[in-house]
Amino acid sequence: MQRIGVFVCWCGTNIAGTVDVHAVAEALKLEPGVVFSTDYQYMCSQAGQQIISDAITEHKLTGIVVCSCSPRMHEATFRKTAEKAGLNPYMVEIANIREQCSWVHKEMPIGTEKAIMLAKAAVAKVSLNAPLIPGESPVTKRALVIGGGIAGIQTALDIADAGFPVDLVETKPTIGGKMAQLDKTFPTLDCAACILTPKMVDVAQHENIRIFSYSEVVEVGGFVGNFNVKIKKKARYVREELCTGCGLCTEKCPQKKVANEFNLGMDNRRAIYIPFAQAVPKVATIDAAHCTMLKSGKCGVCSKVCTAGAIDYKQQDEYIEETYGAIVAATGFNPIDMGAFDEYAYSKSPDVITSLEFERLTNAAGPTGGKLLRPSDGKHPQKIVFVQCVGSRCSEAGKGKEYCSKICCMYTAKHAMLTRDKYPDTDVYVFYIDVRTPGKNFDEFYRRAVEEYGVHYIKGMVGKIEPVGDKLKVQASDLLDNRQLKIDADLVVLAAAIEPDKSARSLATMLTASMDTNDFFTEAHPKLRPVESPTAGVFLSGTCQGPKDIPETVSQAGAAAAKVIGLLAKDRLTCNPCIAESDEMMCNGCSSCERVCPYGAIGYIDKEFRMPDRTVKIRRVAKVNAAVCQGCGCCTVTCPSGAMDLKGFANKQIMAEVDALCL
Amino acid sequence: MPVTDYKPKIVAFCCNWCSYAGADLAGNNRLNYPAEVKIIRVPCSCRVNPMFILRAFQRGADGVILCGCHPGDCHYTSGNYYTRRRMALLFSMLDYLGIERERTRVEWVSAAEGAKFAATMSDFVETVAALGENKRLEDLRCKA
Amino acid sequence: MQSVTRKALIDRAAALLADGTVNRVYGWKKGTFAYDVTPALFESAEELERDFVFGDFCGANFSKYLIAETRRKDGKVLVFLKPCDTYSFNQLLTEHRFDREKVYAVGVPCEGMADINKIRELAGDGIADVASEGDKLIVHTLFDGDIELDAAECLAERCKNCKSRRHVAYDELIGEEGTVRENGRFDQVEALEAMTPDERFAFWQNELSRCIRCNACRDVCPACTCEKCVFGNPESGVENKAISDSFEEKMFHIIRAFHVAGRCTDCGECSRVCPQHIPLHLLNRKFIHDIDRFYGDYQAGAEVGSRAPLVDYTLGDLEPGDAVKGGSAHA
Repeated sequence: MQRIGVFVCWCGTNIAGTVDVHAVAEALKLEPGVVFSTDYQYMCSQAGQQIISDAITEHKLTGIVVCSCSPRMHEATFRKTAEKAGLNPYMVEIANIREQCSWVHKEMPIGTEKAIMLAKAAVAKVSLNAPLIPGESPVTKRALVIGGGIAGIQTALDIADAGFPVDLVETKPTIGGKMAQLDKTFPTLDCAACILTPKMVDVAQHENIRIFSYSEVVEVGGFVGNFNVKIKKKARYVREELCTGCGLCTEKCPQKKVANEFNLGMDNRRAIYIPFAQAVPKVATIDAAHCTMLKSGKCGVCSKVCTAGAIDYKQQDEYIEETYGAIVAATGFNPIDMGAFDEYAYSKSPDVITSLEFERLTNAAGPTGGKLLRPSDGKHPQKIVFVQCVGSRCSEAGKGKEYCSKICCMYTAKHAMLTRDKYPDTDVYVFYIDVRTPGKNFDEFYRRAVEEYGVHYIKGMVGKIEPVGDKLKVQASDLLDNRQLKIDADLVVLAAAIEPDKSARSLATMLTASMDTNDFFTEAHPKLRPVESPTAGVFLSGTCQGPKDIPETVSQAGAAAAKVIGLLAKDRLTCNPCIAESDEMMCNGCSSCERVCPYGAIGYIDKEFRMPDRTVKIRRVAKVNAAVCQGCGCCTVTCPSGAMDLKGFANKQIMAEVDALCL
Repeated sequence: MPVTDYKPKIVAFCCNWCSYAGADLAGNNRLNYPAEVKIIRVPCSCRVNPMFILRAFQRGADGVILCGCHPGDCHYTSGNYYTRRRMALLFSMLDYLGIERERTRVEWVSAAEGAKFAATMSDFVETVAALGENKRLEDLRCKA
Repeated sequence: MQSVTRKALIDRAAALLADGTVNRVYGWKKGTFAYDVTPALFESAEELERDFVFGDFCGANFSKYLIAETRRKDGKVLVFLKPCDTYSFNQLLTEHRFDREKVYAVGVPCEGMADINKIRELAGDGIADVASEGDKLIVHTLFDGDIELDAAECLAERCKNCKSRRHVAYDELIGEEGTVRENGRFDQVEALEAMTPDERFAFWQNELSRCIRCNACRDVCPACTCEKCVFGNPESGVENKAISDSFEEKMFHIIRAFHVAGRCTDCGECSRVCPQHIPLHLLNRKFIHDIDRFYGDYQAGAEVGSRAPLVDYTLGDLEPGDAVKGGSAHA
């Protein structure tokens, strides 16, 4: 039998004004299990807490009920009081007789009667409480960052600077991501390479960072503090530790006709290549699909010219297994496929390009050496049409994306401005639905494009583009002037919507991290926990969480790093003890609970049971991972046998409250 | 019993993060609602087992209301979506058995909606009071 | 009249026993009367020859038995599955309730099973035997001699409204595969929905008050496979056994239907075994019908691994208030 103490707080007149606190204390004395009951002006005060503490000792209380303000206010306070007095803190229940009683009812008899009921319900509940001890799990002080774009780079650097080892995994042969492909960055127009490549070098040289380039995560197990991850290092047929990055092989390779993905296929590279001059790690990679040696065994030029002896045609995929305390997803974005937008003639004319291709065309390291030339004939375009929102804010199912890609308005303004700056004789048109420029110095930037650089902004969408001769006939509407426009353009640039990288979906499955319908990772809370995934220990950095520009990406990357550092700084994690627990004797192993768990906290094991007839039977039973469960209780209701119950809010406890309140 | 004296018994299950906080806010703002409403705190609306609801009726409740975060705002990201399905089916079943549909309700109340909480409770109590005592799901053994 | 013979099933089972594919067979065993067929385990050709039956009273769905049987003994167990049984079979696999590797499933076609209670209504008491001849049933009675009945009139309710004669799982099939069928299985649900709440309450009060809490519906149900049922567990806080109050029967049947909601394949076993003839399938069908209307058509057990509606959601699901408003207006 529990020995329960009841402590009724006056809260000055806040409670005592509408509730006869003394009558409540007296009435509760009659409840079964209650051995002590009293009232006091301010239970949360030093003196009030002392009353509780003394009573726990003196009356050997096994549980207490504090009738006071909302548990959201002082539950933690009274739990600490109990703990100091030697009582398990989870043997404390609060009857909310202020916010939900004295403050909402006016008459003393009504308030008093309700307060007594609420107190009785709390006594009924605490009678069934069991002492709970928070579990602990150790923290492996190492972080994994998946994706080596600016988001992953920034997160990795910040974590590494705080003194924790970081592994950075990138599927491409080099880190740098999309930002490495950009020319200038808005709104300051500094060159992307100038601000990015030093960071890439920092990553390469950081003693706490290991880069796994040309690698991917293939398996994730474990949970917060202890993720077991398997990383596949794809064979690049070049020994990274020997390659000096001199580039001789990439000049001598006879296979010259491989589309260069770094320049989005607008020029060619060799079968052995370094994506760009500032690549990190600066090592060559053999593209197995195009290498004559790997395909037919005949060639071997690269091996002959390599003075370092780094070429290794026999190299195999390598698997690395490592344990991490935290994982950051930074898988980034891609422009959507323009295949569904045939009205813009993207597939019909090489002079209809995407904005990312435009970046490469204006980049000094790009296919044209930075000169803006038409892909078809290498001439300077005299008339350029930019089309915004291609696939963004598009409600047509299966075609584009319903969301705003957020960055297009600004980069299009940048493209238009830079074009007018470099080639003042060029006519530049921008077709838009809305121009969205929230952000520091963003609107000023856009206004400059319009007012100083004379870019023609036209509100309206382009309906059709048709290549005729060496011109692109653009049909569009001007909604403000309410007229149809026909423009003979030399070049059309499509601001393609951006979407999460395709690898994000399979990664989310491995991480048991949730995604929204667009395959962006979901945050633990959209406002208050924007860089954490609902899955404990998984953090979000950059555009894998939603469209964002570079400044936002970098801030979010830093925020994710701060959260990771906060986690890794702990030696052990204390788990919330109010979590689900499965009674394996009753568990059917049906997987229903696993399916509704938002955190992937439930797994299954095959367990041996000794039966009364001395045989051993193996049954599949659920196991809740205490480090991951957040205690929502969704699983408890989906479990038909009632094997799954929630500690602190157990079926019996809630039913006892129901019983007490319905009397 | 004269009708005027009849006070329905109402059990309100409130999720800890939104609706319970909404109820607290109603208190902070001193928004009155009938004292017949007794709140039970649960971590999430998805913690509420249909058995609890039937249990309440068995023990003499005249109405049961379940409050949770608005869909999309669940502290646990998806709990209330499951609540929504479970309760849609349960309520439809109770209706099918001829049990007055007005005795059960689900309402989404955020932590900022103290006024909505108070108004919802007043309305629910009024609705249930109009129905009178719960006879169709009563357990005579539990009657005083 | 069933389209495959007892002999065809025995021969195949004996062959599979002989070649070691299986070491035991779940089948129907004859009882004292033609109509009290029971599920049984056969371990030899002799046993099969002696006791195995297949006919119009072989309604028992063996899927559930596989849970205990596959755990009990090594080796494969042969199980005969009618089309409707295969849905339960798949549903149990979805819920990891038995090891598929330990079962050899033989699909048997079904022309619908007879309901002895309907025969009793038509032929009266003293039924000694029932024989099947074409589309007729010949009922041998002690008092009135032989009575010829139209087999279609004696069909069990669940078979009249058979949803499909196509198997969704088997290792091999004996006889011809059937097809998915048009059926009126929700007609009665809709008829109830069209009543006033008072009428519905009166209907269910009348039905459920007959419940003697024998638990036959639970015990036969292939979705009720809990290691320990909440209603039989003193620790659960809702345990009850004897039927002592009208609340208990409602509690039991509502919660039982809720526990199997989205998992019930509508096999109809609950109503078949109810000694009080309570139309329990009308509770399950209400949930099935609601699920179909609210969340799109879903057939539990149609495929292994599908996500049951109650462990799933969409952002735009209807609100509980609207579900009820629709209640009687659906019809």
